[in-house]
Amino acid sequence: MAEQGHRSIKRFFANFLNRFWRHALIWVCIVFALFPVVWIISASLDPANSISGQKLIPPNASFINFQRLFQSEQHPFGIWFLNTFKLCIVTATLVVLITSLAAYAFSRLRFKGRRSGLFAILLIQMFPQMLAMVAIYLIVFMLGEYIPALGLDTHAGLILVYLGGAMGANVWLLKGFFDTIPKSLEESAMIDGATHFQIFWRIILPLARPILVVVFFLQFMATYSEFVIARVLLADTNNLTMAVGLQTFIADQYAKRWGVFAAAALIGALPIVILYWFLQKHLVSGLTRGAVKG
Amino acid sequence: MKKAAHSTDTYNTNHAGRQPVKAGLMITKIILLGLLNALALWAIPILWGDSQWILLGVLVIATAGIDYAFLSKKALPLRFMLPGLLFMMIMVIFPIGYTVYVAFTNFGTGHILTKAQAVDQYTHRYLLQENLPVYTPEYYTDNAGQFAVLLTDPDGRQFVGYEQTLYSLAESPLELVDEDGDGVFDKIGNLGRLGGLEVFSYLGQFEKLVFQYDDHLDNRTDVYLKMRSMDQFASYVPQFEYSAASDTLTDLEDGTAYRVLDGSFVSDSGETLDVGFRTTVGWRNFTSLLTNKRIAGPFWQVFSWTIVWAILSVVTTFALGLLLAVLLNDAKLKLRGLYRVLLIIPYTLPAFISALIWRGMFNTEVGLINNVLGMSIPWLQDPFWAKVALIIVNLWLGFPYMMIISLGALQSIPTDLYEAATVDGASGWHQFWKITFPLLLVSLAPLLIASFAFNFNNFSVIYLVTEGRPAIAGALTPTGATDILITYTYRLAFEGGSGGRYGLASAVSILIFLIVGTISWFNFRFTGALEEVNDNG
Repeated sequence: MAEQGHRSIKRFFANFLNRFWRHALIWVCIVFALFPVVWIISASLDPANSISGQKLIPPNASFINFQRLFQSEQHPFGIWFLNTFKLCIVTATLVVLITSLAAYAFSRLRFKGRRSGLFAILLIQMFPQMLAMVAIYLIVFMLGEYIPALGLDTHAGLILVYLGGAMGANVWLLKGFFDTIPKSLEESAMIDGATHFQIFWRIILPLARPILVVVFFLQFMATYSEFVIARVLLADTNNLTMAVGLQTFIADQYAKRWGVFAAAALIGALPIVILYWFLQKHLVSGLTRGAVKG
Repeated sequence: MKKAAHSTDTYNTNHAGRQPVKAGLMITKIILLGLLNALALWAIPILWGDSQWILLGVLVIATAGIDYAFLSKKALPLRFMLPGLLFMMIMVIFPIGYTVYVAFTNFGTGHILTKAQAVDQYTHRYLLQENLPVYTPEYYTDNAGQFAVLLTDPDGRQFVGYEQTLYSLAESPLELVDEDGDGVFDKIGNLGRLGGLEVFSYLGQFEKLVFQYDDHLDNRTDVYLKMRSMDQFASYVPQFEYSAASDTLTDLEDGTAYRVLDGSFVSDSGETLDVGFRTTVGWRNFTSLLTNKRIAGPFWQVFSWTIVWAILSVVTTFALGLLLAVLLNDAKLKLRGLYRVLLIIPYTLPAFISALIWRGMFNTEVGLINNVLGMSIPWLQDPFWAKVALIIVNLWLGFPYMMIISLGALQSIPTDLYEAATVDGASGWHQFWKITFPLLLVSLAPLLIASFAFNFNNFSVIYLVTEGRPAIAGALTPTGATDILITYTYRLAFEGGSGGRYGLASAVSILIFLIVGTISWFNFRFTGALEEVNDNG
């Protein structure tokens, strides 16, 4: 009897330990994952605006850093934010248009080189554009000599570069979706004399809306976080994107600008965090297919 | 096969042009194409005149492609792919080709101009002649790009400088008018006189004016009058003379000849003139990466760290991600959903913001980490600690991704394998290493390789956290101990100070192309992306 009781206590204890260390381990990782986030929230509310001597719960917490953020003339955060949104929306809209056109051809038309074309698009896009940043810089410079509106330090030039990277995984994603749309509607439209473009515009695009939204936001997120090419092409303070602007803003000024930076970081991160949770399902399935978020 | 035949049918049925709408569309199409071609035809001579062969080629190919796509009936699929293909051609394929070209040139600071531009610059350099008289100027303009200067010499003689030539008042091609009779000319032709402050808005244009002496003035033909300061024009002689026959620049002052060598003008005694021009230099950029001690040493350091960095990034993030995935995969674990959400948070923030936050945290003097540890580790100043900091930052950024994909892969492992193993008496530890891990590795290998390729070029993390620093001592180009190849490329080309080595930077880019290309090709075989195309028909 006593023997048995002893054993069950032992097992209970082993079980408890087993469960305890699992939770403990996970909590250690959660602390690792969250402490920068918690700390940056605390910094944004700390009117001291300096990283040194920062406390977890800031004394005299206030929103003054958020106010300072939008008042700085030297560092026009509001303009950077608008620039970024403008670039993201224009790029994402054009990318959706360009890639859905191409995906329609790959899904609905049969032509020589279709398979190798699909393969080639994927292969070419395996090379990140930033590898050719020097050439891109020189090309945009040359372009600007003739068409100043597309030259260095213009948003149109930057969008042009981004559009170069539009084809690729997006075309595959859209083609996959278009393939699942039944062809019966198009066939009857075809009999009524509709052109392929009319079918694409009036039938396929409306039916494909869910995937178009996904591609739009995936591109939005990618453009939002793009740093290298924006850094290479843009120069004027009022032209910068948030990524480039924040980098120039904080560069080695942590002692003086930490609080304002924290406020900017929170505002800057918010749209992407929201989009992430909104798109989570697609992101995760995209991830397991090999796409890596930048 | 059947499906294909059917589709071909359907797009041949609609070229009969049944509706009037189509005629209208056709006309619009032709007008638009006409405009496009007119634009191209207008641009071609301009580009030709400037010797912009590359832009010219791109323009011709793009225009021809658009014409073909919209005029040929067979090109229907091309019409749909055209926008994407054009952008891809201009901003992906062409830059790759251009990178290769630049890698074989000396393109960079000091070698930006073409040879013709460089020669032009030298032949427009002038030396001040102190012994010749100076002139007091009055400025005239018609506000439409025409400029003239009235010059008075110390003896009170007056001259008109107009369109690169100096005229005496009697010979002036433009009439001088003194409207109010105060002895000051108010107009030269229709160019009005500029009062004191008005000159400032045209200073840039007036500075560029050069007037050649007419031979009878001082019996010299090679003297030029140029603005020396706003109230003084002085005499200058050209500093260089270029001879196309011998391809040399001669310094007219001392007669030194400068010959062309590798895109620079070099004298016999080895002196090099400041402005060079761009030219092809063969494999020199590549060989200097291997043989020039002050480039090759740092370069190999960067190269090996890039590989160590990419491997460590994958291994650390995968290890932590997998550990968490295994812990969270237990259905009996309480709070599982909450844990998962909390652990994914680092992945949901934009990487550029997280990297900048971590840079603050690692600050040696005021950063949180040294504060909490009560130490003063030189996180961003010491090469070793800077690397540790980067690995920690990347672990934070990357482990949630590895956790997500590992969780997915764990769920696809059939449970009967474990049941069989349990019956055979295998321990949990044993089961993990003998069943779970090998199966995971097989299904995740392509993603791990992709992650390796991604981190190999992870510019944002390196540049935003350390900017590649601390610097490697003795390096000829700005190079740091934590630079990876892609940040090294960036700094070669764009970092202030000694940046601007586009040729060398492109050579490094090509190297990265080759490495990433090999990895991607390997990965393609792994994932069997080709078969996927075939499956989908």
